[in-house]
Amino acid sequence: MKGGGFRIYALAYLLFLYAPIILLPLFAFNEGTVIAFPLTGFSTKWFVQAANQPTLWQAVKNSLIIAGSASVLSTVLGIFAARASTRYQFPGKAGLMGLIMLPLVLPEIIVAVSLLVVLLGLGINLTIFTVILGHVLICTPFTIAILSSAFQSLDRSLEEAAYDLGETAVSTFRLIILPLVMPGIISSLLISFTISLDEFIIAFFLAGTEPTLPIYIFSQFRFPQAVPVIMALGTVLVACSIVLLATAEYFRRRGLARSGAKDTGGFL
Amino acid sequence: MRRSEAAHGYLLVGPPALYAILLLAAPLGTIAVYSFLTDGYLEIVREFTLANYHEAWTNELYRTVMLRSLGVAMAVTAVTVVLAFPVAYFVSFHVAPERKSLWLFLITIPFWTSYLIRVFLWKVILGFNGVINSGLLGLGIIDEPLTFILYNVNAVVITLAHAYAPFAILPIFVALEKIDRALLEAGQDLGESKLMTFWRVTLPLAMPGVIASVLIVFIPTIGDYVTPQLVGGPEGRMVANLIQLQYLKLDNYPLGSAIAVSAMSIVTVVSLIFLFLNRRFLRGPK
Repeated sequence: MKGGGFRIYALAYLLFLYAPIILLPLFAFNEGTVIAFPLTGFSTKWFVQAANQPTLWQAVKNSLIIAGSASVLSTVLGIFAARASTRYQFPGKAGLMGLIMLPLVLPEIIVAVSLLVVLLGLGINLTIFTVILGHVLICTPFTIAILSSAFQSLDRSLEEAAYDLGETAVSTFRLIILPLVMPGIISSLLISFTISLDEFIIAFFLAGTEPTLPIYIFSQFRFPQAVPVIMALGTVLVACSIVLLATAEYFRRRGLARSGAKDTGGFL
Repeated sequence: MRRSEAAHGYLLVGPPALYAILLLAAPLGTIAVYSFLTDGYLEIVREFTLANYHEAWTNELYRTVMLRSLGVAMAVTAVTVVLAFPVAYFVSFHVAPERKSLWLFLITIPFWTSYLIRVFLWKVILGFNGVINSGLLGLGIIDEPLTFILYNVNAVVITLAHAYAPFAILPIFVALEKIDRALLEAGQDLGESKLMTFWRVTLPLAMPGVIASVLIVFIPTIGDYVTPQLVGGPEGRMVANLIQLQYLKLDNYPLGSAIAVSAMSIVTVVSLIFLFLNRRFLRGPK
């Protein structure tokens, strides 16, 4: 076995990373109301209670609408930006791309308050729509990161061949480029969907009276008796995001395999 | 006749750039302007003033919170990057090429799962009846629960270090992957020990990745809201909690904006100093 000491350290590190996720189902299936050890017995009642809360379902519905819209919009914007940055040279490119990628490092609270000030200043009511505006902003850099690697690995001669055979720029894009980067697009949709579904602070500032799932969860933390239900909900959420991410990873790898590129590691 | 290269580029970058200008650059400009306006009762008075900055920088409470945020962000960055480096090194140098993406995937999964719930679980782990305390009590290592690990700065640092771990690992991994392995062999052929080869060849070549990790952890950490709110207790509050208080509770937009702009300026200055100190690593190949 290679790298003995390093391997032990890396496995310990993975355990540290996964500690909260491992504990989550333990408490979700635990009968006791208090979230602490020792566990008191197996029960699925918290899942039943979670499923019987109308306010929770409303929050889920809001979150799904937001995540669905934000993932489509940010992936469309990401396609434009990734194509522009991988295929064309133009003055001011670094500055413009820097601005578009800025939310990747900018603290989310700054994005949240600055949008809040402008939206209120323009007299726009805070609704699901305003949350979508904010989420598109923070998802777009991630979609660009994923899509850039998909566009980067394209062979330019395929495109030139299509032009020579009389296709226009638009039909070449639709017939040649789009099918090749499709796995990247699906991966980008899934990742931005996951980010939006999980995002709290921007939604907290911009949602007005229409809570999203994270806002609902955050509000429930104040009531100790509500916490086991949240653990059950969290277990479902973690399971869903792992499925989404595994699917995204599958498509990302398939995309790389299709265009013949070397796999340089995960997304992000 | 096809349009020129640049025109094509602008046409494509147009929609996302326009979106970022309207919904990011313009709002950031707006809070910069707001920070110089006067907060009147129920409305904002359009009168230029430096009073908000004076308040943000001299008020004892605000100054304490700002300094604490800076301290926490630096501590989290140091802990995260130091702990992450060996993991990145292991995956890059010791894992078989076909297993690398699996490792990276495993490292990134926790990052994508509900942030709120993860932070809350740290509260469970670190709490008075928490996993650590009940474990240590059960083993007879301690006689009474440890209280210094929840509702203070330590808890904030531990939780944030956990949250930003993948952010620190990936840039370092990418930098390590780019290192030509022949250079390491050359180092050892020329009589350097393994440790010296690491110190004089691997580490300097990995520095761009380390620097990227530092910035990508440091900048968002200073503005984190959820972690200090949930596990920080009163003495662990950070600048984002202060900004939220000014905007949503006290309705003082100008002062909130001044605090936000100050925090961003401090982050920018610290990052620039850090980049300046490391400039020799960032020069391209001669």
